[in-house]
Amino acid sequence: MRKVVSLMLSLVLTASLLTGCSDNKTSSNGEVIVYNWGEYIDPEVITQFEEETGIKVIYDEFETNEIMYPKVEAGASQYDVICPSDYMISKMIENDLLQEIDFSKLSNIDQIGSQYMEMSKEFDPENKYSVPYCWGTVGILYNKTMVSSAPTKWADLWNEEYKDNILMQDSVRDAFMVAQKMLGYSMNSTDKDELEQCKNKLIEQKPLVQAYVVDQVRDKMIGNEAAIGVIYSGEAIYTQRENEDLEFVIPEEGTNVWIDSWVIPKNAPNYENALKWIDFMLKPEIALKNFDYITYGTPNDGAKALMDEDLQNNEIAFPDLTKHKGLETYVYLGEDADELYNDLWKDVKSE
Amino acid sequence: MKNKSTLLAAPYSVWAIGFILIPLVLVIFYAFTDKTGSFTLDNIIAISESTNLKALGLSVMLSFISTIICLLLAYPLAMILATLGVNQSSFMVFIFILPMWMNFLLRTLAWQTLLEKTGVINSILTFLNLPTLNIINTPSAIVLGMVYNFLPFMVLPIYNTLIKIDSNVINAAKDLGANNIQTFTRVIFPLSLPGVISGITMVFVPALTTFVISDLLGGAKILLIGNVIEQEFKQANNWNAGSGLSFVLMIFIVISIFISNKYDKEGGSIL
Repeated sequence: MRKVVSLMLSLVLTASLLTGCSDNKTSSNGEVIVYNWGEYIDPEVITQFEEETGIKVIYDEFETNEIMYPKVEAGASQYDVICPSDYMISKMIENDLLQEIDFSKLSNIDQIGSQYMEMSKEFDPENKYSVPYCWGTVGILYNKTMVSSAPTKWADLWNEEYKDNILMQDSVRDAFMVAQKMLGYSMNSTDKDELEQCKNKLIEQKPLVQAYVVDQVRDKMIGNEAAIGVIYSGEAIYTQRENEDLEFVIPEEGTNVWIDSWVIPKNAPNYENALKWIDFMLKPEIALKNFDYITYGTPNDGAKALMDEDLQNNEIAFPDLTKHKGLETYVYLGEDADELYNDLWKDVKSE
Repeated sequence: MKNKSTLLAAPYSVWAIGFILIPLVLVIFYAFTDKTGSFTLDNIIAISESTNLKALGLSVMLSFISTIICLLLAYPLAMILATLGVNQSSFMVFIFILPMWMNFLLRTLAWQTLLEKTGVINSILTFLNLPTLNIINTPSAIVLGMVYNFLPFMVLPIYNTLIKIDSNVINAAKDLGANNIQTFTRVIFPLSLPGVISGITMVFVPALTTFVISDLLGGAKILLIGNVIEQEFKQANNWNAGSGLSFVLMIFIVISIFISNKYDKEGGSIL
């Protein structure tokens, strides 16, 4: 067990060493330390940014919001710009980890569609702390050749027919969201009874689940390993490019609509460069390049205008949200609720 | 002379303090405090929660099974290696260590690809019209992963003690009328016991604490104590609970080493 702790400590140590060194380093225009989701940018964009601005990019990746948060909170590793999701942004605002973004320095901010700034108000009420980067939904990805009839609702993930053929998300909120929506509850519920029911539903489902995974849903579905899986809409387009038997559906009970946005932490050493980074990501041609690479829906209207008509009308990348009911965005529920969710999830996992 | 040796020991002291002592103290500190920093035993008592006990029990069981399988596989192999000539055996040992040059995580991922429903092994089995192997995401796959990853740690210590056994001792046993089985049970095996003990410790301990193998080969469906601790740190951001459970696990490991040392009267073991 020492391994885990010492690994974490050595990570923290090396990170602090790295940031310690970096203060002394003087590349032409300084540097920017970016902390983003894994595989969430076209690597060429980073090179392009470095070439155009002369700012050195130090790029770091995380797999889930929950892994990202303690690193930022501990403050040992300083980042200039981070890309968390909605509910995590409200948690960071609440715990005073973020600083306001100077929107007057973002020359390309008008490219973001106004509806996305509106959606952002759910977690950043005054639009002061975050700039949308990607958005999307969570839905069911299924293999047409492996299902008898196309799944349309979350309840289909409890169908005995798909025993050992279901991939669930291995992250607390996403797993509970599925059960909550199926039972007709809010995905932001903190009601103990509701959550207990969800837990029991998830335990009931467990024998049917092949594996709980995060990023691997993509590869396993492409490889015909499973018939249905819970997946982020952005991944769905990529999987369809690789395996044409795959189809994505937004379940009729409703689902999570999420936004990942750029934020600047309080202890950012290079605030100005962080603004330059965010502004660069807002450029339509850059947003388009990223979209082509990561296939996650972009809130950048300028980039959307540059796309083929087919893609502009792609229901997965740009779903018409008015057609679906039961859509919600995650909200940060506070420490007690977090703990309750984590405990119940542990019960599910150990069953 | 004395100065020289302190000087030589300095890097090790820095290492030991920075990467062993301080982390240990931190773990113990977190284990006995709550989020506000005041003393509590809750994190230790948390082991008695049913989910945690279950995870610990499962970890002990799976690592015990893995250790037994490793021992059964490793001992004959070590004996074969020990009887080979120097050139041959060092080549064999080399072959055996070769996979360890590759990252542990990659090797485990490779097993995932091999064992998957549409994986390499099943494709071959299907091609040969044989029944498919469905052990991925089960405890069996986790045991397989443990045995595969930790087998060299069993083979090498046993091999090392076996080659050190003086052949005169064995010849003497035979001269005195012992048959092959008696030579083995009365002479060779007792003399190799230190290697067996350190092999058992080196397999049992990492198997008990692993969380990567159960995640990758168990489909995150099987929660071992390592996974519980990992989740406390990474998902729940509760370092106190994670440290408390780590501390309990450390006690378990110390006990297991203590027990194995009891049976190792020859000395030359880990503690």
